[in-house]
Amino acid sequence: MSTATTELDHDDHHHGAPSGIKRWLYTTNHKDIGTLYLWFAFIMFLVGGAMAMVIRAELFQPGLQIVDPNFFNQMTTVHGLIMVFGAVMPAFTGLANWLVPMMIGAPDMALPRMNNWSFWILPGAFTILLASLFMEGGGPAFGWTFYAPLSTTYSNDTTALFVFSVHIMGISSIMGAINVIVTIFNMRAPGMTWMKMPLFVWTWLITAFLLIAVMPVLAGAVTMVLTDKYFGTSFFDAAGGGDPVMFQHIFWFFGHPEVYIMILPAFGIISAIIPTFSRKKLFGYASMVYATTSIALLSFIVWAHHMFTTGMPVEAELFFMFATMLISVPTGVKVFNWVATMWRGSMTFEVPMLFALAFIVLFTIGGLSGLMLAIVPVDFQYHDTYFVVAHFHYVLVTGAIFSIMAAVYYWLPKWTGKMFDVTLAKWHFWCSLISVNVLFFPMHFVGLAGMPRRIPDYALQFADFNKWISLGGFAFGLSQLIFLALLIKACRKQGEPVSAQVWDGAEGLEWEIPSPAPYHTFDTPPVVK
Amino acid sequence: MKKIWSGAMTILTSIIAFSAFADSGTAVDQYQLNLRKGVTDISAEVYDLHMLMFIICVVIGLLVFAAMFWSMFFHRKSRGVKPANFHESVKVEIAWTIIPFIILIVMAFPAAKTLIAMEDSSNPDVTVLVTGSQWKWHYKYMENDVEFFSVMATQQEQINNKFDKGENYLLEVDRPLVIPTGQKVRFLVTSDDVIHSWWVPDFAVKKDANPGFINEAWTRVNEPGIYRGQCAELCGKDHGFMPVVVVAKDPAEYNAWIAEQEEMQRKAKEEEQRLLAMNMSMDELMTIGEQVYLRACAACHQPNGQGLPGVFPSLVGTDMIKNDMPGHIDIVVNGKTGTAMQAFSKQLTMSEIAAVVTYERNAWGNNTGEMVQAKDINAVMTGQ
Repeated sequence: MSTATTELDHDDHHHGAPSGIKRWLYTTNHKDIGTLYLWFAFIMFLVGGAMAMVIRAELFQPGLQIVDPNFFNQMTTVHGLIMVFGAVMPAFTGLANWLVPMMIGAPDMALPRMNNWSFWILPGAFTILLASLFMEGGGPAFGWTFYAPLSTTYSNDTTALFVFSVHIMGISSIMGAINVIVTIFNMRAPGMTWMKMPLFVWTWLITAFLLIAVMPVLAGAVTMVLTDKYFGTSFFDAAGGGDPVMFQHIFWFFGHPEVYIMILPAFGIISAIIPTFSRKKLFGYASMVYATTSIALLSFIVWAHHMFTTGMPVEAELFFMFATMLISVPTGVKVFNWVATMWRGSMTFEVPMLFALAFIVLFTIGGLSGLMLAIVPVDFQYHDTYFVVAHFHYVLVTGAIFSIMAAVYYWLPKWTGKMFDVTLAKWHFWCSLISVNVLFFPMHFVGLAGMPRRIPDYALQFADFNKWISLGGFAFGLSQLIFLALLIKACRKQGEPVSAQVWDGAEGLEWEIPSPAPYHTFDTPPVVK
Repeated sequence: MKKIWSGAMTILTSIIAFSAFADSGTAVDQYQLNLRKGVTDISAEVYDLHMLMFIICVVIGLLVFAAMFWSMFFHRKSRGVKPANFHESVKVEIAWTIIPFIILIVMAFPAAKTLIAMEDSSNPDVTVLVTGSQWKWHYKYMENDVEFFSVMATQQEQINNKFDKGENYLLEVDRPLVIPTGQKVRFLVTSDDVIHSWWVPDFAVKKDANPGFINEAWTRVNEPGIYRGQCAELCGKDHGFMPVVVVAKDPAEYNAWIAEQEEMQRKAKEEEQRLLAMNMSMDELMTIGEQVYLRACAACHQPNGQGLPGVFPSLVGTDMIKNDMPGHIDIVVNGKTGTAMQAFSKQLTMSEIAAVVTYERNAWGNNTGEMVQAKDINAVMTGQ
């Protein structure tokens, strides 16, 4: 192909994917960028998981065996940062990239070059973060919540790198969120009215607004940490007129909406999968949209429930307790709607459905323990124990991550045009399901019995459960290698070809285009009934 | 239908029975599953609240899961079921918005009542100032002239798996806090460096220790005994090695104890003044210095004096060690603001500081040959 023809044809959208490294480096195609995000997230999931294995190996029995306490703290910190900012969030962004344009009948994301940037700054951010682990003094060791003054006056010299990498992650998220909002507002196919949009699109739209609202707050928090540590300011230092508790208010004003950033897209995914395999329309579509919106709004007025022990006035404690309890109403509505969707359906149990069902049960367990945590007097007992660790791993691992796996299994045949290896997928599901519960369920017990979180060694009474927890952890970690094998096979395009609809009962624009989805879709907008 | 319902009830009752059984365990119960009832009226209320929440959550969970599993068994395609067509019902949706809301109100009342009681620390009988610092607690009795540090007593060899672990591994201290039973004890909680959190599960008291601010909590212990807890907020490297031990004695015993402590601490101060006039030999200084070093300094600067590069500085062959004895004494006595280096004038006696400075200047090949005596420390502390 000569340069001349390329220039002449540059408005012709029917070329295929370029090949080689440049395809991925320069790509502005939403499907390529979606794939990049998903692979990046999976690699980070394995890296963060490896750190969890170090943590669980150290906690396998009482005493210090494998790592010193300082390195242990680095592992818990970086594990949290990697899983939140490197695994869950990029995975959802990857799914948004792949699916939002296909679901609303758009040819691509609205801002494709920014899309490329928002992905390609991420590997740099995580290289900086991970590199700090190998430097003198080690990586960040103050917990992923980086409470001041542990992260300012008392932190090690690599804190600036942590701050810089969080800034880059934030910029990436904000750019991704802007892209999603602009795409959904401007590029819906004719007839795709707001209340016809698939719930995945709705939940991501709301998530994107949350991201734009709170990522700058996180950027502000890390910047204040930076200036407190290196430039002599006293935002969080009482000696200079600051307040360490103010850090927590600022952090959790970001942090609580962040929790919903990591779960709202999951609600969208489950709301797509349950109707398909129940062969019945989603129950209460409109109430799902309103419930998601109210969860998002409420998420801005509950942040201090992470801080009940900091010594707030009792009036504030009561307010945040009531507000937090209120969130369980719209969340309950969602779960009830999913169950009502299944009720008198015609159900089958393909792998995406297995993950979605496990999601409903286990996420509900995590949600109910969250309701218990909202009750301030008992939160004084639960706070900063393994009960909290159990709670947020139920909502994040068996919630967010199971939903991502469900989504990958659900849409993978559409992406590759081939059915994945169902035997491996079932192995992956059952091994993950069993091991994840051996891993996280006993954490409730040790937490109630009084084991604090973030400790490298523990009293003898916690020894037996911790052994089980560690064994469950190793098994869950190994189970993900089955997923890796399955994904490699899928990317090599092995497997039976699938139809355009893939799953009988699947409805939506993405199931009307051929499988595999062509490199460019919806050059002319589809007609939405 | 009836069969399934009775099955669900069996599971529910066995869960409740199991958890009721579980709370009868002691502190060292290997299979303790549940929150402990504790030894105060408040902690018992908290426990009841916890059980109420737990049972409500279990019932809601079981109802939801029962409906879901019912569908999964009876509404499956392999049974030839044709899907129904309904996909909304305003009545049902309003019902499952309103009913949970009512359940929440039922939960909110007892929770608010207990919370307000917990936060009322007025009219205490005894007040203790609890100060956290990296990685020890300091207790000061506000009505008496008694104050002391409380440091973990578990040997490093147990942690490193060289010795067998004792019964109270990681939950034992050199000097526990002593409080009277049956009296309202108020804790004023603060910190000298990072945020810590003072937690005794048996009292249902957990309060963050924030540097520069003072939090309040209180308890009234019903049973004499030894109660153990831990620091609950990540506070750096040795966060896991910062236990809290509280001994509750009946008021008569407590009064005797506090009088004895007052007397002892007064005598110790006199003794310290007397020792100012005496010089210790190099051997004495080095022996005491090593003990003090391992207790107070080795957590950061490491037993070999090398520190942790990039985190805690080394003490081997540095400029301060070789050339700057006054600077060395000053940093140990007054600490260094803006770093983790604490002021040890409050924690160690003058002769202990003298010994540990001597030790640091002569151990690990530093060999300066210099001796520091208690009177040198006194000179720095009194600004002479």
